[in-house]
Amino acid sequence: MANPARNIDELETTDPKQTRGPWREAWYEFKKNKIAVVGFCIVLFFILLAIFAPWIAKEGINAQETADRLLPPSAEYWLGTDDFGRDILSRIIYGARISLWVGFSAVIGSVIVGSILGIIAGYYGRWVDTIISRFFDIMLAFPSILLAIAIVAVLGPSLQNALIAIAIINVPNFGRLIRSKVLSIKEDEYITAAKGIGMRDIRILFSHILPNSMAPVIVQGTLAIATAILEAAALGFLGLGAQPPSPEWGKMLADSKDYLQSAPWTMIFPGLAIMLTVLGFNLMGDGLRDAMDPKMKS
Amino acid sequence: MEDKKVMLEVNDLQTTFFTDSGDIPAVDHVSFHVHDGEVLGIVGESGCGKSVTSLSIMGLVPNPPGKVVGGDIHFEDKNLLDLSEREMRKVRGNDIAMIFQEPMTSLNPLFTIGHQMMEAVLIHHKKKGKQYAKDRCIEMLELVELPRAKDLMDEYPHQLSGGMRQRVMIAMALICDPKVLIADEPTTALDVTTQSQILKLIKELNDRLNTALLLITHDLGVVAKTCERVIVMYSGQVIEEAPVDKLFDSPKHPYTQGLIQSVPDVRKKQDRLYSIEGNVPLPGSIHKGCRFADRCKFAFDRCFNENPEFYQTSDVQKARCFLYDKEGAVEHDKALTRS
Repeated sequence: MANPARNIDELETTDPKQTRGPWREAWYEFKKNKIAVVGFCIVLFFILLAIFAPWIAKEGINAQETADRLLPPSAEYWLGTDDFGRDILSRIIYGARISLWVGFSAVIGSVIVGSILGIIAGYYGRWVDTIISRFFDIMLAFPSILLAIAIVAVLGPSLQNALIAIAIINVPNFGRLIRSKVLSIKEDEYITAAKGIGMRDIRILFSHILPNSMAPVIVQGTLAIATAILEAAALGFLGLGAQPPSPEWGKMLADSKDYLQSAPWTMIFPGLAIMLTVLGFNLMGDGLRDAMDPKMKS
Repeated sequence: MEDKKVMLEVNDLQTTFFTDSGDIPAVDHVSFHVHDGEVLGIVGESGCGKSVTSLSIMGLVPNPPGKVVGGDIHFEDKNLLDLSEREMRKVRGNDIAMIFQEPMTSLNPLFTIGHQMMEAVLIHHKKKGKQYAKDRCIEMLELVELPRAKDLMDEYPHQLSGGMRQRVMIAMALICDPKVLIADEPTTALDVTTQSQILKLIKELNDRLNTALLLITHDLGVVAKTCERVIVMYSGQVIEEAPVDKLFDSPKHPYTQGLIQSVPDVRKKQDRLYSIEGNVPLPGSIHKGCRFADRCKFAFDRCFNENPEFYQTSDVQKARCFLYDKEGAVEHDKALTRS
């Protein structure tokens, strides 16, 4: 049987080798963006630093040389020493562990909680939506750092509590993002089609709606890690986060503020570390947005 | 035809949308049935309740604001409206399947064709396992005449053209051997050449698999090509029911007559296309009389006051119009002479 359809379709089909999923396609797009790749490299650098800290930072974080207090950068101490005679480079390297840990886990925590709340609000709507959305509104009405301070004040100052506080204040951002995405996706025809083949609500939620609303969450999440690191540093600076002698970057800033004029390196280098990490995540996040958003629309 | 088994019977179905601006009876006392292996066309303009009728059968009317408020839908000695959500899920996709209007958006962009098709099989036949599901998918893709069925399984929806995606949707709808297939404007979003191929395919599969087919469309050309029997809907009501040849040869309801007159005929020279004046009234906006009365050139007093019944005009044809009320014959003669 001569079938004209066959010929037309064959012209349009792509080479099977080119078959690649939306995620891989996003990665190709991302690689094209040079600035984003720079951001990715910075982030990767700090991650490697954090992982291999014990091998790189031989001095250890708390090795004190009382004779070597507040020394400027030299061949022996590349970034100088602080008021206890501790090597600043080593402390910054160990500090990367703390900052990245806080950044990642706080964001993952708020993504999980925010996604669940956002999905429930968006999918079931009505009074459930009203309650959850108003709850988000109330949380967003507070300046976020103030809310974090209040939470830490209740829980008591420690790194772990600072992490929890940061996770909590970020929940409404992700919740709203997911809710709005779910609202638009649930009207899509493939959701009706999925119901049409007899799929259960819960399965539609998790295997169709959730994966489709992930792209903006990943972008927002990367940017939120940067903010979370800053917030952790701010809480550390205020003495509400990491406690001494932990080499948390914000804490290091706070400890060295008295020596700003006599030994500026004690403050400059932890500050630079914070700035670089945050910059890395921000550049990467922007690149991810460019790579993922247009792809997910088509 | 009469000796065939009735697969799906809809009686007096009423679906209403409860909105802030009033209740809209989108489907208003609609009744029809489909036989085993038959192709029944549902024709009507936008907003006449065709799609809501099909969603009501599937139990997928968006609630709120919509709700099926009356009638029954019989399928295999069951009233679908009495089934629980859990029982209804077993019917959907398995016994009654549906093809949607937009092939471009009916597939999840994140997953491969194979993943989504296998999902459809495994929902209803989990015990048979993944290998069975995979074989079945490839078999179905070949049945809908898609080339390279095996490769397609690993491809993503955006790599396929609209026509191919609609074929995938058809394959997916038929994958569990449904007894009734509802096709809601399956060709509207496709270009004309693809349209005729898809229609041909649907028709062939209907002959081969003996699935009862409910074809919803606004295109009379599609009806003429594929359907055996047609119901015409207007403003939420069924206004005419006829075998397809009768509908085109001697349409009874003035609206149907108008519709058929509006189709351009290449064999005749026409200066202007015929059109029915006015617009379809929103369901629920007319409370008294025939819904079409305002636009009908035969309308007489009774039309504005009473809602006509569904009169039998011949042994196979019915029309909801007072012109066919035998007792009102005198009045309608007057109306005919007037026009």
